[in-house]
Amino acid sequence: MFKSSAPSTALLRTTPRISRPFRAKLRTSRSLATVADPPVRRYGGLKDQDRIFTNAYCRHDHGIKGAMSRGDWHRTKDILLKGDSWIIQSIKDSGLRGRGGAGFPSGLKWSFMNKPGWEKDPRPRYLVINADEGEPGTCKDREILRGDPHKLIEGCLVAGRSMNATAAYIYIRGEFYQEASHVQQAINEAYAAGFLGKDACGSGYSFDVYVHRGAGAYICGEETALIESIEGKQGKPRLKPPFPADVGLFGCPTTVANVETVAVAPTICRRGSSWFAGFGRARNQGTKLFCISGHVNNPCVVEEEMSIPLKDLIEKHCGGVIGGWDNLLGIIPGGSSVPVIPKDVCAEVLMDYDSLKDAQSGLGTGAVIVMDKSTDIVSAIARFSQFYKHESCGQCTPCREGTTWMMNMMDRMVEGRGHVREIDMLLELTKQVEGRTICALGDAAAWPIQGLMRHFRPEVERRIADFRSVNGAVGFGGHLASAADDTLALPDNLGLRLTADGDAKIAAPQAQA
Amino acid sequence: MLSRLCRTTPPRNLFRKRFISSTTSRNSDALFVHRDTPYNNPKIAFEFNAENLKRAQSIISNYPPQYKKAAVIPLLDLGQRQNRGWTSISVMNYVANLLKMPPMRVYEVATFYTMFNREPIGEHFVQVCTTTPCMLRGSTEILNTVCEHLGNIKPGQTTKDGKFTVIEVECQGACSNAPMLVVGDDFYEDLTPQTTRKILDSFKKGEKPKPGPQTGRQTSENSAGLTALNTKPYGPGEFCQPDFQ
Repeated sequence: MFKSSAPSTALLRTTPRISRPFRAKLRTSRSLATVADPPVRRYGGLKDQDRIFTNAYCRHDHGIKGAMSRGDWHRTKDILLKGDSWIIQSIKDSGLRGRGGAGFPSGLKWSFMNKPGWEKDPRPRYLVINADEGEPGTCKDREILRGDPHKLIEGCLVAGRSMNATAAYIYIRGEFYQEASHVQQAINEAYAAGFLGKDACGSGYSFDVYVHRGAGAYICGEETALIESIEGKQGKPRLKPPFPADVGLFGCPTTVANVETVAVAPTICRRGSSWFAGFGRARNQGTKLFCISGHVNNPCVVEEEMSIPLKDLIEKHCGGVIGGWDNLLGIIPGGSSVPVIPKDVCAEVLMDYDSLKDAQSGLGTGAVIVMDKSTDIVSAIARFSQFYKHESCGQCTPCREGTTWMMNMMDRMVEGRGHVREIDMLLELTKQVEGRTICALGDAAAWPIQGLMRHFRPEVERRIADFRSVNGAVGFGGHLASAADDTLALPDNLGLRLTADGDAKIAAPQAQA
Repeated sequence: MLSRLCRTTPPRNLFRKRFISSTTSRNSDALFVHRDTPYNNPKIAFEFNAENLKRAQSIISNYPPQYKKAAVIPLLDLGQRQNRGWTSISVMNYVANLLKMPPMRVYEVATFYTMFNREPIGEHFVQVCTTTPCMLRGSTEILNTVCEHLGNIKPGQTTKDGKFTVIEVECQGACSNAPMLVVGDDFYEDLTPQTTRKILDSFKKGEKPKPGPQTGRQTSENSAGLTALNTKPYGPGEFCQPDFQ
């Protein structure tokens, strides 16, 4: 026995093939019982049979006949009869996170409506669907509203059942006229077929769905502003607490959910939570509608697996970046309110909540805005500042004044009319707005600028240097030293005497003209 | 040069007094106060026609009876449609009266939401989206084309014949189909300067061009051929759990 094993130990020492596992063991901290490396999983490549929104491109009938032939309203009664806790547990198990931008676990959110003793509360209970899609870059809910409205209506019923709601209001942005009429048509058809109203689907549960059209205000996409807007007031966000689940629409318990979140619920219930949880990385499961716009060859909206690499998403579904991947400058991966990421990060980032958060950005609504090298990145972000200035509701001072101020500064940065030190002032301004407002619009206005300065600061500095070399010294606020009235005493805080690189050292006085 | 000018003129504090309120008021893109004009004053009567009144009643019935005022936005929209596309003070007063709410509350709403035009507009209301996703695809060129083609008007202005009003709007939610413009309620997407001119021309002739993408694709699919949803959609009960098959 000893004799026979001797050659094999000699083999161990000499051949590198056998020593490899030992090296691997040192590299990764894995338990001794594990034998092989876990297989690396590539995400993406969702098959049509796993797509939930099968009529996203409106190639089939959006009415009730077409919807039923695609599996909507199939045994909805059985889902409703399973009860609220079964539906909520299915949603929890599926790992669905809110698709409206914040990414809060949906099952958990819906369960807040069923607090102990909720049956004793005589108030009506509402589900409000947020179809006020206004985030620049986002156009996914539109495809659901016009192509698959019955999925949304059925989702309202299922989600409404899970939180024991009495009615749902679908708040559709006023600009979506065609979409609102498709949804209204779907509601009318569902009532006629007995799927809604008293004894919905024959389950004994009573549920109503109403459409409410907005009138053009981005801020109404914020949940409490949306509630205010349905109540017929200006869309100004409310302070929380009380949270809508306690005091919401018309003073009653309310949950506000995104269109996509609600519309996937019936399919998850029917196909099982493990099916949905099988896509994407842990804690980022499911499928998602991505809308790609900007400098790609074929912009489109597409449903894909979560955690698909950003590069794959663009190359596979959009025909790549215009001029090839090397022509890429940066990508805004989740709508206007998330920071831009530069090309090298784009190449490896995955499209899910956690991966993008690690890249100091966010998934937001899944709206990918691609910018190639021809883009004037500063003016692109300055346009966002203009957008937020236009859409700020004016309730909180930091946001109302801050967005105007940020817009003015960004507009100057586009041509470089400013002092280098103003970049830091602008960043400080964004920090002063961020987190100091009732709703997240202030944060949303601040983040794109922070992202720009994080990754493209040299570009901004170059513009400032160029402008200075043509126009002479520029002080804070874009004032030219050449236009200053030298008969007046100029205070130092105008920055007119600072050197180009922002040293406190006073520059040599300029020669008189 | 500027400084020399200063020296020759008398000291400015001789003829210019500064008050605390001396800064000029800076309005947003629209005037927020109402001023009576011959075409917009409370004396001009407004009433829903029979059809709209019926619609209004059905809208009001969507909300709890004690919260009738929730219907204010849909009713203002209805009134705007009946009043040739703009919300006059009479429309607001009528809606306030109908919903039994203080007129001021209606004015608040009408001034807050951008889709209520408080000044008369042309027959065709052209709204060009210029937010970043559209801007990246060339919306500046589209806006210039529209303004030029309608006789060198500026955004916010109406053509002399009263047919077109052009404004610049924020994101309309059709970013994958950028650049786009809205005429009335219809989206015209995937525009080029040529197709923009064609659309405006057919409106000038009194026709209505086909809304949607102008390049031949149907909605927001990949224009070079479908990369998703190219098979027949699955039917009821397929791939479902045993309970739901």
